[in-house]
Amino acid sequence: MPAILQTKNVHLSYGSKEALHGINLDFDDHSITALIGPSGCGKSTFLRCLNRMNDLIANTTITGSFQFHGQDLYAPTTNLVELRKQIGMVFQQPNPFPFSVYENVTYGLKLAGHHERKFLDEQVERALKQAAVWDEVKDNLNKSAMSFSGGQQQRICIARLLAVQPDIILLDEPTSALDPISSAQIEETLITLKKDYCIIIVTHNLQQASRIADRTAFMLNGNLVEYDLTSKMFTQPAKQDTSDYLNGKFG
Amino acid sequence: MNNIFTTELKKLYNVFTEMGNAVSDQIKQATESYVNHDKAAAQALVQQDQSINSNEVDLEKQALTLMTLQQPVADDFRNVITILKASSDLERIGDHATGIALETIRVKGLQRNDDVEAKIASLTKTIRGMLTEALTALQAINMEQAQTVAEQDQEVDAQFDEIRRTITAAIQDDPAVAEAGASYLMVTKLLERIGDRIVNLAEEMVYNQTGEIVELNQGRLHPNN
Repeated sequence: MPAILQTKNVHLSYGSKEALHGINLDFDDHSITALIGPSGCGKSTFLRCLNRMNDLIANTTITGSFQFHGQDLYAPTTNLVELRKQIGMVFQQPNPFPFSVYENVTYGLKLAGHHERKFLDEQVERALKQAAVWDEVKDNLNKSAMSFSGGQQQRICIARLLAVQPDIILLDEPTSALDPISSAQIEETLITLKKDYCIIIVTHNLQQASRIADRTAFMLNGNLVEYDLTSKMFTQPAKQDTSDYLNGKFG
Repeated sequence: MNNIFTTELKKLYNVFTEMGNAVSDQIKQATESYVNHDKAAAQALVQQDQSINSNEVDLEKQALTLMTLQQPVADDFRNVITILKASSDLERIGDHATGIALETIRVKGLQRNDDVEAKIASLTKTIRGMLTEALTALQAINMEQAQTVAEQDQEVDAQFDEIRRTITAAIQDDPAVAEAGASYLMVTKLLERIGDRIVNLAEEMVYNQTGEIVELNQGRLHPNN
């Protein structure tokens, strides 16, 4: 099965400072890939390249190849709104819009021109169920999304993203602001979701990577040190740097 | 703990149970081949032990991966450790059974003693009962059964002493039995060692339930008795 997203020789510079020194990573569909590494290693920067979030930062130069379904992500003809619908992102802090749960989940659909009530209702239920938060919010769909707990807000954000049926879900430390129970619920949700999506997650939590990721990429100082099956990397890493990092000897 | 862990742990337990049943059959068949002087059956058993050894290696690998990737703590941690230790004991029990099968091959054609062989068959029965009890205790989480297993081992030790005396007397009576006698002693000792390993299984059950590491082997607690 060819990778859904292939990146080659990715370099990124903020002004004259290069933050990514040539990253090659391919991502499989229906799997979870974790990006790990100490703060400042470039993992979030790399993740943000994957749906062109770095375009918003002035003075940023990105080179290299990004092939999504065989198409160039950075082609001048790429429609950014369409792209971010296909490759959505969930952030560290839950960031629901200050509207109702229903409005949050239907936001992307309405933007795409869907206004039929029955269709929207169905999609809200599907997305919230997929995000494993339906049972907790179904009786309060008109309540502000901000009034729910952090873990619930994060799952509402995941549902908001799922509503537009993306291909790839990017998550940038999605549980670092959550308590262990909420984190475990998000992890369970992601494991269920990988049947239908390609999931790429940046995490500081090594246990989280080992628990849920099929493959793990270890980055250090803007370089990709090792990329392998998680079961292989956490038991027999190929590089000493990887072993040292996993054992908490630095980072 | 998450569902992945629970599912994987269940798989480990299933493989472990199958291994336990296979080892129990192995003891039965090894001793039967020995007392029936059935060299062909013994040879088949020696081959079969390879698959038990490879099952143990697979189980160990799976348990280690589960520990590394899921990092269980508390009772989940004890569950994985119990399987790791218990499977190692089962594998060693299988090795002892193979030792008995090898004796069958070695001693065929020697002058034998029916009385000793009947006692070895009886000791085997006691040991297999113990193993069944220990494996049931591990699965059903039964502390009383664990204690019963430890008590049965004293019966095994008593039978071992009795067989040793019988062997010595038989050799004194007829020195032609000496070579078979050495083999009897070896087989009886292997069975007695199997008993000790089964007590280990019971100790692992106690650890699994309480986190306490105990010594239930009365022979080790009171070596002079």
